[in-house]
Amino acid sequence: MSAGHIFNQSEVTRQKVLAQGYVVPESSRCVQCGICSFSCPIGIDVRRHAWIGQPVKDSHCITCGECVARCPRGVLRFERTNIFDSAKLTLLGKEAV
Amino acid sequence: MKRYVIIGAGAAGVAAAEAIRSQDSAGEIVMLAGEPDGFYSRPGLAYYLNGEIPEKQLRPFRNEDFKRLNLILRHDPAAALSPEEHSIRLASGKSITYDKALIATGASAVTPRGVTGADLDGVVKLDNLGDARRIIKLVRWRKRAVVIGGGITALEIVEGLQARGVKVHYFLRGDRYWGSVLDETESRIVERRLEEEGVTIHYHTELAEILGKRGKVAGVRTKAGETFKCGIVGIAIGVRPNIQLAVEAGLETDRGILVNPYLQTSHPDVYAAGDVTQVVYPDRGKQRLNVLWWVARREGHIAGLNMTGKERYYHPDVPFNVTRLAGLTTTIIGSVGRGSDHDDDLLGIARGDSETWRELPDAIVAQRGFDVNHMRLMVGEKHLLGALIMGDQTLSQPLHHLVTNRVDITPIREKLLMPQAPIGEILVEYWTEWRQTHAPSQQP
Repeated sequence: MSAGHIFNQSEVTRQKVLAQGYVVPESSRCVQCGICSFSCPIGIDVRRHAWIGQPVKDSHCITCGECVARCPRGVLRFERTNIFDSAKLTLLGKEAV
Repeated sequence: MKRYVIIGAGAAGVAAAEAIRSQDSAGEIVMLAGEPDGFYSRPGLAYYLNGEIPEKQLRPFRNEDFKRLNLILRHDPAAALSPEEHSIRLASGKSITYDKALIATGASAVTPRGVTGADLDGVVKLDNLGDARRIIKLVRWRKRAVVIGGGITALEIVEGLQARGVKVHYFLRGDRYWGSVLDETESRIVERRLEEEGVTIHYHTELAEILGKRGKVAGVRTKAGETFKCGIVGIAIGVRPNIQLAVEAGLETDRGILVNPYLQTSHPDVYAAGDVTQVVYPDRGKQRLNVLWWVARREGHIAGLNMTGKERYYHPDVPFNVTRLAGLTTTIIGSVGRGSDHDDDLLGIARGDSETWRELPDAIVAQRGFDVNHMRLMVGEKHLLGALIMGDQTLSQPLHHLVTNRVDITPIREKLLMPQAPIGEILVEYWTEWRQTHAPSQQP
């Protein structure tokens, strides 16, 4: 399936993507500044997800992309599947995988 | 019941507390905060300073989060440590005993030596929350600043001041920004963007003296004899681990507190983690200081586990740093040379934004359009040794993986090194294929 910038996609594709996707943090990039939680229009504590290395699977998440777009360090991304399961990059590093 | 005392309430200390609690539900955890502000995101100070977030946003933990850890947080810093007696004297004069202690006292900004006027009102650093508050207060009245320092923190001060309407003169000692890490193109990208924002950069310029008037900064004089009027002087010339407590306790130190790969100091019941440490490996000796948030968290986590008796070895990661330089998210992975274009050990290739490498199948990246995108790879005989990615970060995670896990790149090496090779596309194609043939469990 073709990829690309979510905001450049047709409305149908975008809807489909948003329905299937969720926000995934890459914890090792995160410094807990909190810009993500601050930008979330419905108050999800995205930062907490990045701290524990869990994707945002909150059913309230409207996948608006604000947190992803505003993160200064590129911690967050939308994913359709869990192909880059950053939760696996644990505090113990490779050893724990 | 064991008592664990954690000296310091930063990333390493909090990660250690979490790790201890994950193994020992009954033990008593006491955390001694050195700073009145407790646990906050120190790297986040840059975004508080430039106005992106309010101060209260800097705190990752709410009271409930601390309560869940069932720890006793005391705003009474450690004044002296006696490893033999297993006791710590606090600033208040009280004492506390421990079974296992962790020193996680972090690092502090270095103050310039031999510069007169460094103690004047208006000389600032960006080391802690108090510093950020001080700068924000100063900019109400003072509208001209001089900033010195060649790294990330100096740039954060420059950008923070500029964002708050201060005219900034940025002094660089050499002929370009962060020449020890960035190559010339990368330095120029950052410098050009700063200039567009209104910052004036002065190359080959060093501070000789800070001039004062009634105790306040009035200007600076450079080594070349030029003078500049300003009300603020920002200084970020590096950090130094806070090792005093360890030194006085008789623990082994070098630039940091020396610890073995179990994060244990020269006394077996005292551990150290985070910016304050310097790890010593039996096979490769003393490591360099590594003052990064994620490293501090990992070290704290592993030290915490070891304190509970769960033996964990700390394997160092491939160097990995993410930052934002003049608005551009930048990732630095592994070895990127010394920023020189003629580095003998490493073969570097760099590409600008003329490609479509930002599109990676199956991943949807929504960090919106950077106007500059740049990537540099350091290509070894069989592996990628390092990468620097500025702007769009789509390839950042694949590259982190390829470098960290020393993935064999022999099949694409020649293609990558061809003149004007579309390195982004080549990498995307290789990564996509490689990922499909390797089980997800082998990914980072």
